[in-house]
Amino acid sequence: MTAAVSGGDPHRIGHSQGHGGAASGRGEGGPAPNRIVVGYGFWLFLLSDIVMFSGFFAAYAVLAGQTAGGPTGRQIFDLNTVALETACLLASSFTCGLAILAVGARMKLKFYAAMATTFVFGAVFLGLELHEFAGLIARGDGPQRSAFLSAFFALVGCHGLHVTAGLLWLLTMMAQVFAKGFRRDVLNRMLCFSLFWHALDIIWVALFTVVYLIGGAA
Amino acid sequence: MSEHGADQHGVHDLAPGDEELDGSGVAQGLRGYLLGLALAVGLTAASFYFAHSPLVWAPAVATALIVLAIAQMGVHLVFFLHITTGPDNTNNVLALAFGVLIVFLIMAGSLWIMANLSHHTPGMDQLMRMQR
Repeated sequence: MTAAVSGGDPHRIGHSQGHGGAASGRGEGGPAPNRIVVGYGFWLFLLSDIVMFSGFFAAYAVLAGQTAGGPTGRQIFDLNTVALETACLLASSFTCGLAILAVGARMKLKFYAAMATTFVFGAVFLGLELHEFAGLIARGDGPQRSAFLSAFFALVGCHGLHVTAGLLWLLTMMAQVFAKGFRRDVLNRMLCFSLFWHALDIIWVALFTVVYLIGGAA
Repeated sequence: MSEHGADQHGVHDLAPGDEELDGSGVAQGLRGYLLGLALAVGLTAASFYFAHSPLVWAPAVATALIVLAIAQMGVHLVFFLHITTGPDNTNNVLALAFGVLIVFLIMAGSLWIMANLSHHTPGMDQLMRMQR
């Protein structure tokens, strides 16, 4: 019987002797670095945000057929607009990745350029979405028209609000890099921002598939 | 971005979103993002194409689209969020797995119970007839 086991702790927490265990995360070597704590905490927030979205998705899936004599998805969805929105969000996700590469290489000018491009793509996406909403409401097909449209506006609008918040955050990050430079805490915030922005794109993938493509075909 | 989070022993965790680049950091990272972008564009184009295409049997379209969407989410997770199966990502993957479980329970549970309720609830016309 080894000393570690007789000590009552088979994982030998806090006593990393380099025993070659590939799996970490048992508290070896003391608390995790700040960046991991921040990133992991934000990852948990994002996952709970996705769980919240799944509630809206479930409501939409249940109510998609309840049109109360109003228009169906096939009648109101314009797939060309949706394709353009999807392209914008995917491109902005890519340029957000470029911004992270620029952060890693500490290249300020490229960072600003990539972030500005990300902002433009995100803003175009938001403009297209607001244009779609305004058109529907002007035709009397607002969220009060039917359960289907209530669920539609709640789900897509919630994603749009997230994108709006993301755009504000993006500007904040550019200002922080401008004012404070690539400081350690600014780098951690950039990590969280990129996670947030990529997660929004993942939710949009589910959204255009379930709402527009499947909902538009029904 | 391997300068973050590496402890002195070499055995360490990675924050979600952080990527372990060896050698030519930026070029390697760029290659990953470009590959992810190409895969995502391809899967998105396939989704939009198969939604209204005679190539897929109509009742199977929804399933095909969901499969394509899950594949694209996987591409985003791997190439954009840098979630890997490596030992430095164990915690991130486990949290993701738990999130996916909850999402599945909420979606499948809601659809199941609501379909069941609607199946066992008489329609409005039937209720009217019963009142006469």
